[in-house]
Amino acid sequence: MSAAPSNIVIVGASAAGLTTAAALRRNGYDRDLTLVDAERHVPYDRPPLSKHLLTGEWGVDRVALKTEADLASLAVDIRSGVSATKLDVERSILSLTDATDLPFDRLVIATGVTPRVLPESAHLAGVHTLRTIDDTLALSEELVAGRHLVVVGGGFLGTEVAAAAIGLGLRVTLVNSRPTPLERSLGPAIGAEVAALHTGHGVELRTGPENAVQSLLSSAGRVTGVLFTDGSTLNADVVFVAIGASPTVDWLNGSGLSIGDGVECAPDLSAAPGIYAAGDVARWENPAFDESMRVEHRTNATEQAMHVGARLVDGAPDAFASVPYFWTDQYDLKLQVHGWIPGYDEVRILEGSLVERRMLAVFRRGDRVVGALGVGAAKALRQWRQLIVDRTAWADVVGG
Amino acid sequence: MKVIADIEVCVAAGVCAAIAPDVFDQDDEVGKVILLDANPGDDQLDAVRDAVLSCPSAALRLVE
Repeated sequence: MSAAPSNIVIVGASAAGLTTAAALRRNGYDRDLTLVDAERHVPYDRPPLSKHLLTGEWGVDRVALKTEADLASLAVDIRSGVSATKLDVERSILSLTDATDLPFDRLVIATGVTPRVLPESAHLAGVHTLRTIDDTLALSEELVAGRHLVVVGGGFLGTEVAAAAIGLGLRVTLVNSRPTPLERSLGPAIGAEVAALHTGHGVELRTGPENAVQSLLSSAGRVTGVLFTDGSTLNADVVFVAIGASPTVDWLNGSGLSIGDGVECAPDLSAAPGIYAAGDVARWENPAFDESMRVEHRTNATEQAMHVGARLVDGAPDAFASVPYFWTDQYDLKLQVHGWIPGYDEVRILEGSLVERRMLAVFRRGDRVVGALGVGAAKALRQWRQLIVDRTAWADVVGG
Repeated sequence: MKVIADIEVCVAAGVCAAIAPDVFDQDDEVGKVILLDANPGDDQLDAVRDAVLSCPSAALRLVE
């Protein structure tokens, strides 16, 4: 590996990839920089896709991550509409779908995740997932008032799209394997309030294992409905599938890099000498929680990109420690969560409710406060975030 | 320098307020950005550049 980098290639031009490029220039790296972008759009931000872009409130230009001028000033060679097919770690060469090879002396893998699909349904007209601008525009075209949308998956993306569709005048049914939406992440108590929020806006809920989707029904290549495991059926004009996403790492098969759930990295986000990963695709041991994790939140992409952009220039092995943050916008509510809550042992609503549009809830794992959720409680949430950063014991700050 | 904050694009992550607390704050309810000083002094340049780079929704712009 060369002493100082002179040819950095970044695979992926979304939040993590683009921010890495910007961070490199900010940190004084002035040699060759290439971004490999599977998409053809100007690099853009994903969270608004399921919100403002889907409803038509924003145009496509509003989701761009950088102005054309700012992008040009980065002096980065963007290879648009091209994906990586193979990585030769020993020879430091990246192969692309346009049959060209890119040599590099440093590589950043920021290829993100790919939405999961229902088996045997991906080709059906009227069935949608959402990851890209093109996905969003295709779905938006079908969200016509009066139609019946069935959303499969009551996680953050599914609930956001359900809310957007209600706003557009559709009839919406939300299908979820657990009894309440967002229950897998936030627990049954908050889930019950989220359920009430949605049913209050007219969403029909079909939840529980008996309402698992067995298959989609179709006619002449277009979806017509859903068949549930209990044998019942439900007609649908449009089906939106939001059942999670998998890290985009198949192209790394045979590269020798460790790719279980994502690119497996050391605490400094390196996957091999001179090779880093950042964003949704990166799994690493987070010193802030002493846990291995892969964070699919927007702010993590930027934070990891900043870190990688610094490590590439200083060559130091500093670990990346972070307390994640994410938010979801549904109807007139913004739910905000700081911390790492998967596998929590206890969640307690300290004050308020979704109905009141003000709520504060905290999460425990072991004896530690590991997460805090707020609605309309930003000031309190900032204080709880600091408590999480400080590894505060639950017993010290939460009574009973 | 001039700092511009697009409150509609802001997602209330609070990263800017953490990096450059003399220039950015957050409101008490939703936590959206409050621009304390639209024309900060040069001593804030580094912090503001970092804040602009770190904003997770690209809501901040710096005109130098």
